Amino acid sequence: MAELTTKIGDLTLKNPVITASGTFGYGIEYADFIDLSRLGGIIVKGTTEQPREGNPYPRMAETPSGMLNAVGLQNKGADHFIREIYPKIKHVDTQIIVNVSGSTVESYVSCAERMAALEHIRAIELNISCPNVKQGGMAFGVTCRGASEVVRAVRTVYPKTLIVKLSPNVRDITEIARTVESEGADAVSLINTLLGMAIDAEKRRPILSTITGGLSGPCIKPVALRMVWQTFQAVHIPVIGLGGITCWQDAVEFMLAGASAIQIGTYNFIDPTISVKVIDGLNDYCHRHGFASVTKLTGALNSMESI
Amino acid sequence: MKKYVLDLKVVQNDRLHTDYCLLKLTSTSVLPEIQPGQFAEVRIEGTESVFLRRPISINYVDKQANALWLLIRLAGAGTRRLAEYGAGDTLNLILPLGNGFSLPQTPAEQPLLIGGGVGVAPLLFLGDRLKQMGCKPVFLLGARSCDDLLLLDDFRRQGDVYLTTEDGSLGEQGYVTQHTVLSSRHFDQIYTCGPKPMMMAVAQYAASKNVSCEASLENTMACGIGACLCCVEKTIEGHVCVCTEGPVFNINQLTWLN
Repeated sequence: MAELTTKIGDLTLKNPVITASGTFGYGIEYADFIDLSRLGGIIVKGTTEQPREGNPYPRMAETPSGMLNAVGLQNKGADHFIREIYPKIKHVDTQIIVNVSGSTVESYVSCAERMAALEHIRAIELNISCPNVKQGGMAFGVTCRGASEVVRAVRTVYPKTLIVKLSPNVRDITEIARTVESEGADAVSLINTLLGMAIDAEKRRPILSTITGGLSGPCIKPVALRMVWQTFQAVHIPVIGLGGITCWQDAVEFMLAGASAIQIGTYNFIDPTISVKVIDGLNDYCHRHGFASVTKLTGALNSMESI
Repeated sequence: MKKYVLDLKVVQNDRLHTDYCLLKLTSTSVLPEIQPGQFAEVRIEGTESVFLRRPISINYVDKQANALWLLIRLAGAGTRRLAEYGAGDTLNLILPLGNGFSLPQTPAEQPLLIGGGVGVAPLLFLGDRLKQMGCKPVFLLGARSCDDLLLLDDFRRQGDVYLTTEDGSLGEQGYVTQHTVLSSRHFDQIYTCGPKPMMMAVAQYAASKNVSCEASLENTMACGIGACLCCVEKTIEGHVCVCTEGPVFNINQLTWLN
């Protein structure tokens, strides 16, 4: 048995496998399929200060090796989370991380502040990159100025581990990563969905009600892997890698590219037990390749010459 | 209800006309309890273009044979691939998902089950359950043409069957909501599944007669377990997931009647 424990800032994970926001509900939805306490962490769905109805249906389109979504951050708001959800999940023996979103700096701050007060929530993931939200979201994550503004404001009210989730829909993701690092982020997670579009040829109209949406699934993995590799070299804080992971091999690849932990997202829909399979696969891999600790995998990419 | 991820074995896969197949699946262990109206998320392997599971309603549960039936319309690459599965092949399903139809309080109540196209699928299982509890289910099934009216012998074993086709090739010509049985017989409860415009017309009819009505929706879905929030329907309580709050809704919960 290899040592799978890993750290993201002050946050200790029992293993580097985390389920991604928006793909795993509040964890409860998957309790019939896996033992939630085996997970390194669960990032619960995007939570905003006020309830949000989200975008109109249809919100989803299947694409080759992936899917587009335009959910639009539907959630019942921070109060509902604290009152109804938190009591049900706070004793699950894993790190419960809340994905925090907002449409103004003030609403991010207010939501983060409320989460800071919850004893069993030891980290938040700040979503500055959701491409679905017409106001806010996107605007913060795509410019250094916007990212800087929201991270600085949240950092002043959030003393625990602050992860910032980055958008790939930018000219240079490393610039944004460096910016949020300089504003005090403890880690970055990347990538969020890529902006895409689907059209119904027969009906000659867009499939999504919002026309464009966020692309996820194995089709985005090479892009995600490249961005994780670039960002790993650009910052000193831990990088959490995600984007199209479907198996333990993908998880290993992300760690070799520089990730300290990984998130499994869309593939939870196809195999609700995939997260525990990835944990087992990582353990076997470490054992087989002589890594005493999974942390040694981070950035352990051999050079081309070494082959 | 506890949900399971199960590998089921194909017992039989019959092609019904050109556009439909009937998959019969069994398990080495006893199948979980399933309610009429519930569905499964079926994993489809061996095709490049299919990534997500396909939500498919449970057509029938044969308890004696420990088998469940899926009635499938070959609509796209995923369902066409399902038609290729043969006896002995394995299919991975997540089930049972969603909430089923609510059953009448007493066997004296007269239920009417209105189905359109492949939407007739869950009504066979529901009819069977109604018959078992002593009700006399009446089916009103509609389709474009006689080739799209499926499993009629199975339906006739459960109760009276009335038919409509748009081209008049079988039963009365027209839509289900135009069928004469609606004015000649009395019904206490209506259940419907089929294309949304048909269900909306049925809902209008039920509301006008003050008859309780439940409709089974088939919104485009990804996860099937309430995690992705893609399959939402606008209800009087806002957006709710069809996969977990439905797929069966009382029409009063929906915004169709306004």
